[in-house]
This record gives sequence, structure tokens and C-alpha cells, in this order.
Amino acid sequence: MIGLEVLYQPFVEFGFMRRALAGAAALAMAAGPLGVFLVLRRMSLMGDAMAHAILPGVAVGFLTAGMSVTAMTVGGMITGLAVALLAAAVARLTPQREDASFAAFYLVSLGVGVLLISLKGGNTELLHVLFGTVLGLDDAALILVSATSSVALLVLAVIFRPLVMECLDPLFLRSESRMGPVVHIAFLLLLVMTLVAGFQVLGTLMVVGIMMLPAAAARFWAGTAIGQMALAAFSGVFASYLGLLLSYYANVPASPAIILSAGIVYFLSVTFGTQGGLWQVARQARARRLRLSRISQRDF
Amino acid sequence: MATTKIFSSYPHSARRRRWLGMALSAVMLGAWSAHAVSRDPLPVVATFSILADMVKEVGGDRVHVTTIVGANADSHGFEPKPQDAKALLDAKVLVLNGLDFEPWLPRLSKAAGFDGVSVLASEGVKVRRMSGAHDHSGEKGHADHGHDHDHGHDHDHAHGEVDPHAWQDLANGMIYARNIAAGLAKADPRNASYYESRANSYIARMKALDNEVRAAIAAIPPERRRVISSHDAFGYFADAYGVEFIPISGLANQSEPSAQDVARIIKLARETGVSGVFIENMSNPVMAQQIARESGALMGGTLYADALGPADQPASTYLGMFSWNAGRLVYVLKQSLQ
Repeated sequence: MIGLEVLYQPFVEFGFMRRALAGAAALAMAAGPLGVFLVLRRMSLMGDAMAHAILPGVAVGFLTAGMSVTAMTVGGMITGLAVALLAAAVARLTPQREDASFAAFYLVSLGVGVLLISLKGGNTELLHVLFGTVLGLDDAALILVSATSSVALLVLAVIFRPLVMECLDPLFLRSESRMGPVVHIAFLLLLVMTLVAGFQVLGTLMVVGIMMLPAAAARFWAGTAIGQMALAAFSGVFASYLGLLLSYYANVPASPAIILSAGIVYFLSVTFGTQGGLWQVARQARARRLRLSRISQRDF
Repeated sequence: MATTKIFSSYPHSARRRRWLGMALSAVMLGAWSAHAVSRDPLPVVATFSILADMVKEVGGDRVHVTTIVGANADSHGFEPKPQDAKALLDAKVLVLNGLDFEPWLPRLSKAAGFDGVSVLASEGVKVRRMSGAHDHSGEKGHADHGHDHDHGHDHDHAHGEVDPHAWQDLANGMIYARNIAAGLAKADPRNASYYESRANSYIARMKALDNEVRAAIAAIPPERRRVISSHDAFGYFADAYGVEFIPISGLANQSEPSAQDVARIIKLARETGVSGVFIENMSNPVMAQQIARESGALMGGTLYADALGPADQPASTYLGMFSWNAGRLVYVLKQSLQ
């Protein structure tokens, strides 16, 4: 009976493991559902762009106020939103598509961010911020993450119907109501908010992983948007748990371990998923071949 | 021995040397004549803030010191900028720590074409190896701790095994001061006695502080002198003054500790009764706070390891830094006795 104890003993013994799990789970619960919408809108890479867009704001917050969670959060929100809105404005006002304008703005933002960080001369404090400290979450960071996730989930519930409509049939939504741009901006706001809260936990580079990987994996199991959202949230929490155990027993850094666990879930889903997974596709193809050959034998 | 190796790590081909020699002799001739006429201070480049302060103490107003890695900045992960190469080109003397502390220096000094006197401040120091008795980081070893060595150049010491933080022992600080004085005298022989007398008075102050620190620490029972620090920078201090440091991460600051590392440190702290958890002026405090919270140890405040504090703080000089560190340590160790 030594087996089961291994699964919960670190969390019982160490408060930092419980905090890490709580923080990562809270983040995953909001990030997964948001990721599902990005997948639906075919903007899977936008999360990545936005995560880089918050970099200069975080750097300015750090340079002016030091290791202040509030300053870095506010800074990240401002630049993240500015990039999102400017890119959306360019996409709406000019012939350029949204992906290109996003790429342009986030690259500029990334350049500014790296420049600002270099001004302080290879400061390792900021490196820790960028790569996250999931094992060092204090009360302020935990409250920030869980509050942000709660707000994100509530707002998502309110704008759910128009948002799904906008993803699947934007022309229909435009003909039905003028909510389109409002919903779009609200969604961007939630996205930036979650990413900014998430950099406390996993770092700006890794936070996108907990957003996109569970969402991409959920697509192979559930047919409806609601099902995918629930599944993405659940598998994100599961990946956090698995990653922390991996970090504990295999002696590897925690945030990459969490993202890799989410990656394993994704690869398993691609292979064995019941909604178009490789295994199922192969079986269906074989069944079809058999059926066809049976039909041809009967007829001739 | 170390010096020759350091110098051999800047290879010049014969042709390159001839070109450089011609260019540099022109530059140096100009600089030398200017120096002789107006008695301009000797231009010196120090690789990081602690060495820069030592050079200022030894050189007084006859040197002008430029620092490459400034206050509160980390030399381990430093990236040189063009103005650093320019400062190096203009300098007559380069003071470096050695012991793999400046992995970026060979490339920079080659790029800048530095051809003055190199002073290896740590020459003659008894080098501490990381695999010693105070290594608490288990079987992982230190080679994988993000300590970025420049493998393109041959060093005479084992990679990732040498502890470069030799200045954390005042006895080594005295060796540094002597080496710096000798190097300055070599580049500027007319002021040799000036440098030597300043070095001697500096060393006398180091001795006084050394006695003070020893006396203060002697008042604490040896089994209670155990603290946690952010990274493994106090090995020389530990050996010299008998305080045990348990590092959270390895030699460099960059590595992210795993959950296992953190759990091991917390366990160790709970079991052995650690007095305080200290952070360093360049590292992330949240990890240390987490460990203090869980082990019940005091948050000891900031220790200065690899860089001095800004000019308006007590730790803005080498001696100020040393007495600040020792003061914080003794204060926390005493508090936990009660």
C-alpha cells in the first residue's frame, strides 16, 4: 500500500506544494476555457503573442517599483490591452488581417520589453518573474490568481452565447445585434487579465501552455463548446497536479514540468481521442474498407 | 600559475598582434604623453562593483575606475555592451576576479583588443571547491546550475567546481588588495609607493573588521550558526568564520529550483533548526519567504554576495558590505537564541 501515499504525501507535508497546486489549478480553470475560444476562432497563436505583449509593461512596473506584484500587474495589463486594441483597430480599419497586425504589434512590444530589461543589466529578479515562481506563491499572488480566474469565468458565462456565435458565425451575429465588437473586446480583456495573473504562477513564457494545450486536447474528446471548456479546465488542473508531482519526485523545475504534463495529455488525446483521434480515425478507415469490400463481394 | 593560464586564454596570432601592436602603440603613445604631462589619473577597468571599490581604495585619486558590472547586478549572467569594450580599450589596467566569475570577459577583452596590465585579483587565494563539506545541494552537482562557462577557452580549474566568491573572506580581501597594488604599480611605477601605502592602510582596516567579526560570531554557540541563503555564495565566509550556509539554488542565481530542492531545504531547516533565511541583493525574495514561512525560521533580510549596494546604502563599499553581512547574520543568530 505504498503506492497511493506517493500521490498526496508531498501536498500533505509541504505548504508550498499546496499553494503551488492551488495557484496553478485556479489559473488552469480560467485559462483552459479561454483557450477553447482561441482554438475555435483559429487564433491559437494569439495567446503567445499576447503573453509577449505584456512584457514591456511588466518591465516598466519592475523598473519603477521593484518587485511589486501590483505595479507589474498593472503595467502588464496596460501594455497587453494596448497591443490587443491597437491590433484589433488596425485589423478593422485597414485591409490587413488580424493575425498580421497582432504579429506586428507584439513583436514591437517584445522588442521594447527586452530593451527595458537590458537597461537594468542582466537582472535575475526579472528573469524569475518572466519564468514564474510557482513554488514561491505568497498570499498576494494566490489571491490575485484566484480572483482573476473567478472574474474571468463569470464574465465568460455572461458573454458565452454571443461569443460562441461570434466564433462560429460572425456574420449572423452582426445581423442579429451590435454586440459583436463589445464581446470581442471583453474577450480580449479576459485574455490579457488571465495571462497577466498567470505570469505570477508559470511565467510569461509558460502561461500560454496551460491555456492552449488543454484546450487543444479537449477538442479530441468533446463535441460541444461547453464540453470542451469543462474538459480543458479539468485537464489543465490535472496537468498542474501531475507536473508538481513530477517536479517533486524527478527533481526538475516546476513550471516546465506542468507544461510538459499538459503536453503529454495533448499527445494522448491526439492518439486516443474519441473525436477524430488518430486511433479512431484508423479504426473507422479500416471498418469502412471492410464494409466496402463486403459490399463488393456480395454484388459481384 | 593561474595568471599564465588566464593570459593564454587570449590568443593572438602573430599577424594580428603586429597590427594591434601598431595601432595600440600609437594610442598608448598619445595616452602616455598626455598622462605624463597633465598627470591624469590611471584609467582602470574593474569587472564588478566589489573589485572597483577595492581599486578605488588602493588607487586613491591617482586612478580612475570604470566598473563593468555595477551595483546590484549579477556577473554570472552578464552580457557586455559596446561601451564596456570601449572602456576596456581606453584602460591601462584590467582588474578581474578570475575563478570563472567573469565567463564573458575573454570574449570582451579580445573584442576590445585590450593590451594593458591584467590583474588577477584572486591570485594566491586558497581556492575552495564546491564538492567540499559545505555542499548541500546533493548529488546534482553544480555543472547544471546555469553557470554559463565559456568552453571556447581553456581554464586550469574544473568546470563548475570552483567557488569564485573568494572575497567573502576578509583574509582573501587582503590578498586582493595586495594583488591590486602590485598591478597598479606595474602599470604606473612612479606611484608604486603611494599604492603600497594605501594598500597597507586598507589591509589594516580589513584586519580590524576581521577581528570584530570573529569576536561577534564567537559569542554564538557553533551548533546554532546555521542559516539559509539564496544561492551558494558564502562558502568562503562559512569556512573562515564558522557559519553554516544552506543555499537554495546553486552557484548562479538563474536556475529555478525544483519542488524536490525546496522540499529538501524545508525538511533540513525543520530538522536541524535553522536560525534565519537570508536573501541576496540580486535574487528573488519570494522563494526565501516561502521557506521561512514553512520552516519557522526568521527572515534575516538581505545579504550582499556578488555585488555592492547602490551608493547611498551602507553596503556600497567592500568593507561596508562585509560588516553589513556579518551584522545581519549575528543579529539573526542572536535573536533565534532567545
